[in-house]
Amino acid sequence: MEVALALIVGLLVACSIYLMLSRNVLRFIFGLVLLSNSANLTIFTAGRLTRAEPPLIPTGMPAPPELVANALPQALILTAIVIGFGLFAFSLSLVFRTYRELGTLNSDAMRLAEPRTDGKDVVDDSKTQRGEAS
Amino acid sequence: MSWLLVAPIMLPISFAILVFLVREKGGWGRWLSVVGCVLHLAVSVALLVEVWNQGVIASQMGGWPAPFGITLVADLFSAVMVLIAAITGLAVSVYALADIDRRRELLGYHALFQCLLAGVCGAFLTGDLFNLYVWFEVMVIASFGLLVLGGDKEQLDGGVKYVTLNLISTVLFLAAIGMLYGVTGTLNMADLHTAVGEVENQGVVVMIAVLFMIAFGIKSAVFPLFFWLPAAYHTPPVAVSAVFAGLLTKVGVYALIRVFTLIFTQDVDYTHSILLVVAAFTMLTGVLGAAAQTEFRKILSFHIISQIGYMVLGLALYTPLALIGAVFYLVHHIVVKANLFLVSGVARRMTGTESLAGSGGLYAASPLLAVLFFIPAFSLAGFPPLSGFWAKYLLVKASLDIGDYVIAAIALITGILTVFSMTKIWAAVFWKPHPETNGSGVVRLPRQEWLSLVLPIGFLASLTLIIGFFPEPFYVFAERAAGQLLDPSAYVAAVAGAD
Repeated sequence: MEVALALIVGLLVACSIYLMLSRNVLRFIFGLVLLSNSANLTIFTAGRLTRAEPPLIPTGMPAPPELVANALPQALILTAIVIGFGLFAFSLSLVFRTYRELGTLNSDAMRLAEPRTDGKDVVDDSKTQRGEAS
Repeated sequence: MSWLLVAPIMLPISFAILVFLVREKGGWGRWLSVVGCVLHLAVSVALLVEVWNQGVIASQMGGWPAPFGITLVADLFSAVMVLIAAITGLAVSVYALADIDRRRELLGYHALFQCLLAGVCGAFLTGDLFNLYVWFEVMVIASFGLLVLGGDKEQLDGGVKYVTLNLISTVLFLAAIGMLYGVTGTLNMADLHTAVGEVENQGVVVMIAVLFMIAFGIKSAVFPLFFWLPAAYHTPPVAVSAVFAGLLTKVGVYALIRVFTLIFTQDVDYTHSILLVVAAFTMLTGVLGAAAQTEFRKILSFHIISQIGYMVLGLALYTPLALIGAVFYLVHHIVVKANLFLVSGVARRMTGTESLAGSGGLYAASPLLAVLFFIPAFSLAGFPPLSGFWAKYLLVKASLDIGDYVIAAIALITGILTVFSMTKIWAAVFWKPHPETNGSGVVRLPRQEWLSLVLPIGFLASLTLIIGFFPEPFYVFAERAAGQLLDPSAYVAAVAGAD
C-alpha cells in the first residue's frame, strides 16, 4: 500500500511540475493544487498506514488497548487542506483579476512591474495559451 | 508566565478584528492600529526582560504536555525578534497614518497589517514545526492581501509572481514536515533536537534538511530562489513594502537559523557548506542586481537580497562569533531596511517620482530628510561608527578567524558595491537639482503629513545611531543569544519542563 501511494505521489508531482512549467498562469495554479495534494498524501504515507483500526479508546481506559491508526498525520492533513483551500481560492481570484486588468495570462507578457530595458517587446501568445487551457 | 508568550500574538489578532470593525468610521481604524502597536511593543519589551532574567521560557497551549501539545517558547533570539518586529510595526503604523489612502483603509489595510504582525510573532515564538507552518500561512495570506490591496495593475503583476512562488515554498515546507514526522514521529522542535540524532538512516535526514533549506530559502530570498522579491516589493504602497522589507524575508532567515542550529546539526559539513556557497552568491547577485537598477525602491529591493546573504553567512560559518554576527545583523538590518523604504516614500511624495533620473533637489528642500537618509543608507553599507559597521565587522572577523579569506573578501566587496548604490541614490535624489523648473519641482508636504511620515523615520534612525555608538550592550546580548542557539540544552529543558 505504501508503495502504491508513493508512486501516486511521484506521478502527481511529475504532472504538477509539467503544468507549472507552462507560461500560462492558470495552468501554473492547477499545477500548484496538484502539488499541494501530493504533499498531503506524502504526510499521510509518511505517518504509516494502518487499515481498519480506528483510534478509539474504550470507556474507562486511559489509552487504546492495542495498536491503532495514528490520528496525528490526518489532523495535520486536515489543517493543510483547509489552509490550501483558502490560499487557492485567493490565487484563483487573483489570477482572474489580473487577467481582467492586464488582458493576458502569459507570465512572459506580464512585464508591468519590471519593464524590459532592452526595448524588445514580448510576443503575446496568450491567446493560443488560453486556447490550450480551455 | 504563559500570558507573556501569548500576548505578542493575541494582541495583534484582537486589534485586527477591532480595526476591521471600525474601518468605516473615519480615522478610528488607523489610530486603533497605532494603539495596538504601542501595546504590542510594551508586551514585547516585557517578554524580552523576562527572558533575559529567567532564561528560556516555554508554555504548553491547552495544557497538553510536550511533545504532544503545541509549545510556545521564547529564548533570547525569539524574544529580540519579537521586539524588533514590534518596533517596526509601530514605526510603520505611524507612517501609515499619512501614507495609506482612504480607499485602501476601507478595503481593510489596518486589519491585514495587524494579522501580518500576529503571523510574524507567532512564527518567532512557536516551538512546533507544524505550528510554524500555520504561522507562515497566516503571515503569507496577510501579505498577499496587503500586496494586491487596491488592485493597481503593477501590484497585480508583481502579486502573481509573489503569490505563486511563495506558495511553492509553503508546499515544499509541508512536504518536508511530513517526511520529518515519518522518520522521527515528532514535530516538537526541542524533541526533534534529540530525535533526529537517533534516526538510523542519516541520509534521509540530510535530504529532509535540504528540503527545509529550499523551502526557507525561497522565503528568505536567497540565491537562486529570490526572483519573486524584486518583482513585487516596489509595487505596493510604501507602508506595505517597508514592513515586508523589514520583516518578511527575515522570518525566513529566522526559520533557517532556528532549524539549522536546533534540529539539523548532524551533518554540518554538508548542509552548512551549501549555505556558505549560497550566502556568497546571494551577497554578490543582490548587490550587482542593485547596481543595474534606476529606481529608488528597486535598488533597495535588490539590497535586501544581498543583505540576506550576510545573515546566511553567519549561520553557514557556524562558529560562536559568526552566530553573534548573524543575530546582530538581523537586528540592525530590520531597523535600517524598513527605514530606507520609509525614506523612499517621502522622497517620492516630494519629488513626484521614484526614478532616479526624474527626481532631485531634496537636499536643498529638506536637509533633515537628507540626514535621515544618510544614517540608514551608510549604516547599510557598513560605515563606522553606524550599526552596520559592527555587524559586518563581526561577520568578516568570524570568516577570517577560520581562515576563509574568499568569503571575507566577498563580504567586503559587497559592502563597497553597496556604497556605490547608496551614493548613486544620494547623488541623484538628494544632491543634483530637480530636473523640472530649475530645482523648484520639489513639493513641500503639509505639516501634519510631514510629521507622521518623518517621526517614524527619525525614531528608526536614532535606533541605528544608538546601536552604532553603543554596540557593547547589543554585543553582549547577541553573545548570550548565540550561546543559547549553539547549546540548545536550556531550550530543550525549558520545553520539556513547561506546564
